[in-house]
Amino acid sequence: MKQGDTRRSLLLAIPVFALLVWTVAYPNVAVIAGSFENGLGHWREFIASPADREALSTSIIISLASVVASLAIGVPLAFLLSRFDFPGRRILRAVATLPAALPPLVGVIAFLFLYGESGVVTRAIQRLFNMPEAPWRLTGVPAIIFVHAYTMYVYVYLFVSAGLERFDTTLDEAASGLGASGWQRLRYVTLPLLTPALAGSMLLVFMTSLGSFSAPYVFGGGIRVLATQIVSSKLNGSLGLAYVETTVLALSAVAGLALFRWLERKRKYTSSGKGSATRRVIRSRRAQIAAAVLATITVIVLVLPHLMVILVSFAVDGQWTTQVMPPAYTLDNYRRLFSEAELWRPIMNSLSMAVIATAANLIVCFVAAYLIVLRKFSGRRTLEVLVALPWAIPATAIALGLAATFNRNDLLSARVLLVGTFWILPLAYFVRGIPLVSTAIEGSLRQLDPALEDAARGLGGSWWLTMRKVVLPAARPGLVAGGLLAAVTAVGEFVAGVVLYTHANRPISMEILAQLRALAFGTASAYSVLLILLVLLMTLTARSFEERMA
Amino acid sequence: MDEVLGREYQEQQARQVSAGSLALKGITRRFGDYVAVNDISFEVASGELLALIGASGSGKTTTLRIAAGYEHPDSGQVLFDGRDITALPPQKRGFGMVFQHYALFPHMNVEQNVGFGLEARGVAKQMRLEKARAALASVGLDHAGPRSIQSLSGGEQQRVALARALVIEPKVLLMDEPLSNLDPTLRQSTRDELRAMLHRVGVPALFVTHDQEDAFAIADRIALIKRGILQQLGTPEDLYDRPASLSVATFIGRATILPAEDLGDKVGVTIAGQRREFGATKPNGYSGILTSPHVVLRPDALEIARDGDETAWRGEVVNRRFTGGSAVYRVKVADGTVLEVESGEMRLREGDTTGVRVAREPLPMVAGE
Repeated sequence: MKQGDTRRSLLLAIPVFALLVWTVAYPNVAVIAGSFENGLGHWREFIASPADREALSTSIIISLASVVASLAIGVPLAFLLSRFDFPGRRILRAVATLPAALPPLVGVIAFLFLYGESGVVTRAIQRLFNMPEAPWRLTGVPAIIFVHAYTMYVYVYLFVSAGLERFDTTLDEAASGLGASGWQRLRYVTLPLLTPALAGSMLLVFMTSLGSFSAPYVFGGGIRVLATQIVSSKLNGSLGLAYVETTVLALSAVAGLALFRWLERKRKYTSSGKGSATRRVIRSRRAQIAAAVLATITVIVLVLPHLMVILVSFAVDGQWTTQVMPPAYTLDNYRRLFSEAELWRPIMNSLSMAVIATAANLIVCFVAAYLIVLRKFSGRRTLEVLVALPWAIPATAIALGLAATFNRNDLLSARVLLVGTFWILPLAYFVRGIPLVSTAIEGSLRQLDPALEDAARGLGGSWWLTMRKVVLPAARPGLVAGGLLAAVTAVGEFVAGVVLYTHANRPISMEILAQLRALAFGTASAYSVLLILLVLLMTLTARSFEERMA
Repeated sequence: MDEVLGREYQEQQARQVSAGSLALKGITRRFGDYVAVNDISFEVASGELLALIGASGSGKTTTLRIAAGYEHPDSGQVLFDGRDITALPPQKRGFGMVFQHYALFPHMNVEQNVGFGLEARGVAKQMRLEKARAALASVGLDHAGPRSIQSLSGGEQQRVALARALVIEPKVLLMDEPLSNLDPTLRQSTRDELRAMLHRVGVPALFVTHDQEDAFAIADRIALIKRGILQQLGTPEDLYDRPASLSVATFIGRATILPAEDLGDKVGVTIAGQRREFGATKPNGYSGILTSPHVVLRPDALEIARDGDETAWRGEVVNRRFTGGSAVYRVKVADGTVLEVESGEMRLREGDTTGVRVAREPLPMVAGE
């Protein structure tokens, strides 16, 4: 293109490329190189270890089972809510996405309080039927899948609902006009058209499950999965083995990614018509009652974890032992969070680290998205891969990569000592935020008609005026949405915290874990509620900002 | 010689040749192996309206974008006022451009859109508003300033785009399919307005269209491009009555094109075994004998013959299309040739037998391809 623009694109591209290669690509190389540091030794160790083989197969089994369970809940719910009208539909719709708003560790401890061995539901049933011991134990593979299904069905539900909203109902009418039965319509028209939505959400569930750390960490019991195995190998000092495990986990994720992408691409349609949601009102009295009861139960199950955390946040620490419900309540937990310096510290840590990481994400990802969408240059594909990479690699693997790279000062191998300092966690949050923010900004910029940029330049607009008045306003919705997502993820982040935290920069999630270990359930819950409120506050701020600007 | 007279003289000379004109010289643009624009040259004089016309993918838009500075030619020059501006970026050319889908900024209102070019030139806000309003008034949108782009109709958007291009007092006006998004009735009136306004502005104006009616109605001259190559450059009458090639004759207007004999200034036409001779013209005053000569029979160069006319070819009406003041008949003669005739004679119906004769000479002749 024009020479001046090419030079300016290069001026932007070089530092962004360098930063991404350094923080995203290089740590993976360091991990892979580390796994071969004494030839094939660590790999032999991995293959010979029954624990590691078990961890690999368990990881994959849990991930696949989580996909199936999420489909089993998400698909019927999406159909029910977008195709039928029944009493209780609106409330159910309002709470259907609630589980996704729980930071990962908070969801896990809510389940512990509800369905754990000494959880409220478990004890209530035990008392009710006068059983000598708890009716179940929330450990092992089923427990992990249970928690995954609860938090991850939301992806399936959202994708399929969106697919059904866009679905051209005249296609269904055409099929029934041609004599297709309800089952045939579902089998040959609706489901094939929903394949991209299904594949996309399955991919998301699979990747999230594979990298999931909190559920196996808390409920694992004797169960090993790769994500936790990596951390324990690192803590045991067998770094080489941890590198091998990280490489294997990352490879499994990339294989899963390729598989689902292939499935998604095999069936891709663009619907010609405009989607119109027509809901069938359920008329039969009996069906109405059944739907209402089912909706009520679902709403209760969905809301219960949130309510439970709120309830326990008022419980006096150390008092809740064998009773069904916590016996004594107090406001003290909250008061202490804000008055005791040691308890206030993690809150400030999480907030400041999330702000730093998100600010860096916004700047770097805006430049990357601008280059990817609006500039044509030879490195575009590489840049796309670089910004997508942290999404394909499980969080544990990212954290370990950073630990392996930024562990000493060495100019020759471009290493800086960040491990053990404040900066390592914001860096980890930044890396995890890259794909979220980039995708959001790219989406906004793709809606910008490239002719608008041409028009601005043709009218005499300088590069900077065009950027300020045309490109940035177009990117704004993506900046807000992506920034929100990155900040929410960072503030509740747990996995990178486990691997990289120090006492001085410990984030909220690490403090929750510490309080839980000290059996201070009330304080742990108060932190959790605070986390939920922070997420809520950020979401509302972002939304009102968008409304004011639009 | 150059050394004696110096550079100034050269530039002065160039300016005399082309005061305020836009010229493209030997422009070529390749995309990989594909040659989108192949050695195209033309000049648009100050106040002149030139239409670039061709099928989609012919390279006309690429040519326009090269003139605007959005594309860089692989070889050739863009000259304004005799000065080489090939390397000048669009924001420094001071040209006004109207984009195909108008490219109005969706997040700005009408007067902010129109004022953008002035803002880029550092014009103060109050002045900007005044000028924007005056420009809007000149396109008949007096009070549209505070309106949002989304609330405008297609015709209004087109006018805003035009006002935005004109308010910067452009040295050249460039338009990419300026009428293609308008509905047919609006299109008719907009053509006349556009032509009048462009002549008033008095700068070289270059516009791209795939619609020859738009080109005929607005342009002073037309450049027909096919597969990146300039086929013919001339007035609308030139292209219609003296097409340079078979492809120009096919693309412009309707015609029955038949193999014929080149008899110098006459053409021999044989239809259904009956041979007739007519006065003829050749492309660009060509005087030699054409290879594989063809005759171009426009519907308006033929007429329905009176009964008993010995010079007419007789055939059956296979199709009749009413066009308002006249009718267009397709008449199939004995050897299967179908002749298209425009006539004020309205009484014929499909299935009737009639005679067809040449009404107007000379007939254009072109070489076969």
